[in-house]
Amino acid sequence: MKKFKTIVSVTMAAAMSMALLTGCGGSSAPAAPAASAPAEAKEEAAKEEAPAASSDATFKIGMIGPLTGGAAAYGQAVQWAAEIAVDEINANGGINGYQVELKCEDDELDAQKSVNAYNTLKDWGMQFLNGSVTSACSIAVSEETKIDNMFQITPSGSAQDCTNYDNVFRVCFSDPAQGTASAQYIGQNKVASTVGIIYDSSDVYSSGIMENFVKEAANQDFEIVSSEAFTADSKTDFSVQLQKAKDAGAELVFLPIYYTEASLILQQADAMGYDPIFFGCDGMDGILTVENFDTSLAEGLMLLTPFSADAEDELTQNFVKTFQEKNSIVPNQFGADSYDAVYAIKAACEKANITPDMSVSDICEAMKTAMTEITVDGLTSVGMTWEASGEPTKTPKAVIIENGAYVTAE
Amino acid sequence: MKKGLSKTSLNQLITYGIVIAAYIILQALRSAGMMTSHLAGLLVPMTYYAIAAVALNFCVGILGELSLGHAGFMCVGAFSSAIFSNVFKETLPGGLRFFLAFVIGIAVAALFGFLIGIPVLRLKGDYLAIVTLAFGEIIKNVLNAVYLGKDSKGFHVSMTNSMALGMEEDGKVIINGAMGINGTPRDANFTIAVIVLLIVLFIVQNMINSRDGRAIMAIRDNRIAAESVGINITRYKMLAFTISAAMAGAAGVLFSHNISTLQSTSQYFGYNVSILILVYVVLGGIGSIRGSVIAACILYLLPEMLRSLNKYRMLIYAIVLIAMMIINWAPAAREMRERFFAKFRKEAV
Repeated sequence: MKKFKTIVSVTMAAAMSMALLTGCGGSSAPAAPAASAPAEAKEEAAKEEAPAASSDATFKIGMIGPLTGGAAAYGQAVQWAAEIAVDEINANGGINGYQVELKCEDDELDAQKSVNAYNTLKDWGMQFLNGSVTSACSIAVSEETKIDNMFQITPSGSAQDCTNYDNVFRVCFSDPAQGTASAQYIGQNKVASTVGIIYDSSDVYSSGIMENFVKEAANQDFEIVSSEAFTADSKTDFSVQLQKAKDAGAELVFLPIYYTEASLILQQADAMGYDPIFFGCDGMDGILTVENFDTSLAEGLMLLTPFSADAEDELTQNFVKTFQEKNSIVPNQFGADSYDAVYAIKAACEKANITPDMSVSDICEAMKTAMTEITVDGLTSVGMTWEASGEPTKTPKAVIIENGAYVTAE
Repeated sequence: MKKGLSKTSLNQLITYGIVIAAYIILQALRSAGMMTSHLAGLLVPMTYYAIAAVALNFCVGILGELSLGHAGFMCVGAFSSAIFSNVFKETLPGGLRFFLAFVIGIAVAALFGFLIGIPVLRLKGDYLAIVTLAFGEIIKNVLNAVYLGKDSKGFHVSMTNSMALGMEEDGKVIINGAMGINGTPRDANFTIAVIVLLIVLFIVQNMINSRDGRAIMAIRDNRIAAESVGINITRYKMLAFTISAAMAGAAGVLFSHNISTLQSTSQYFGYNVSILILVYVVLGGIGSIRGSVIAACILYLLPEMLRSLNKYRMLIYAIVLIAMMIINWAPAAREMRERFFAKFRKEAV
């Protein structure tokens, strides 16, 4: 029996090393030319050569996000929107005459897996990274892109640390920017004089906004009378938090949370006869699409968001139409950010005259300066520009829900 | 080789041999530039899950007590060592700092293992499983709510938010509640991870064959008989469980120093992860230390290697788990396998 066990384990060990070897062999073949090609190509960095001459070369954009699991809705929105953008670009002749390839990898909302996904994409020959979708994953991946000097633009990683390095840019507002902008909006427009907050303390996005909202509130002409937290494990009953806000006499309840929880809060506030102004951020976008949610409860809800699927402009309408045709759901802000990210890459590439035969590091260096010089009219804002720190400059739109539709607020 | 080595020590040497051979092959591949960066990035996580599996196997297979909180011990080890490394990031040289981070991570995990063991290990039955399950969840939620900062005046702790720390301008937030710890130096590499794995294997294998180890296994096999020959049940149980927790802490130290962000959310340290480690142990064979290492490596690599299958990979992973279980443990499959190997053995002789 002992001997048998030994044999089994030796076979299993052999199987393991075989698996490892095949793992290497299988994918190292395409990786090797990708690594050496730019070096050779740099020598003959054909400046005068017409871009269209080498039509077989393509730009490779990688995307990382949670495509499975609880946060799959965000990752998939980013994936689908990026696919639409890439298809459009390819149909219109590509970037600088080169076609674009897109490859999406799953990170299951796990920072370690996000780094694994990044390494997979690197082996594929990625030149630009549109990711990661979530903050913590994006921060972990930025440590790697820094080392490789790979250009990274995160569509929706909103935590402040996401853009710590100069090779990382983002499309969405940072959490501090959203918190500060919300407080300024409420203060300057005199929306309310007493404010209650309900936030998710276990969520980076929510607590990040809350912190900066409170900081900015000190400079504004309103008072925070209650600040109550819930966690991901207890997000079904909000009566305690609402009762506290009501007892403290809050005229406005600030909800820096996602729309699924917000819809429950609205229902429960209605049930207890509490009717303040509710104010949300971009995570609130999508509340009108919640199943079995009485949208009349959302009447008068204000939110500060860069994107709403009901906007009247042509760009948004076309995007929403294509997205719905392909995936039969209404795109959310994550998708819009991703779409803009791909177009920002395109604009910067055209500005700096980048060609696919340049090395990853050269592309990144050229992109760093080009990103600060471009202006993108995208879904999430008109006239977006970027600072060298990676932060976008765009104006948040305050919208208010009236008669079941988003209307731009005064 | 003839009589100097007993069967057990030969068996032990095979385990070390497999680990060292795998290490040499992988390092050779890496230095020859044959390895994809994807695989290179998987080496350290693979090793720390192997360490966690060995630690849990020591608890489940040798001590015979089910623990569902080993991810919690990893979490404690990861956070305590990451706090240390962040505080001394500028003041201590890398090597010494990482060594001390190990000492601290292991010590803190062992302390928690010891504290949990005091009330629970006196009892008979599956109480340890219940309490460790709760421990894992509690520690995760507590760390989610803690804010810790450091400025010239010393440390500040708060349970509300980072503003409540009341720090000076130059202060640095170390644990930022749900946002966890950012910017831990990346001290871990494959060589260090394999050395830790070898040390853990050395401790466990020698422990099993020592006087203490035999006492621990006697408790597992028959508590009353063990008690009747004068073995101090609680003492040995505590000893084994604390060692197991400490080794899980070592895995946590590698975890936090391999990636720059650390958050105590359920995808890293929830009970699902504890159960994942238990899956490695069960499929590798309860009580078989070598089996745990091999199973952890295969099962960690598998979903990553299946990336090309996109969304079907999780489905395939589940099927592989079921297939592995049947092939390894179903009586009919075992019989068939034994017949096959018997034939193979005869031919070999």
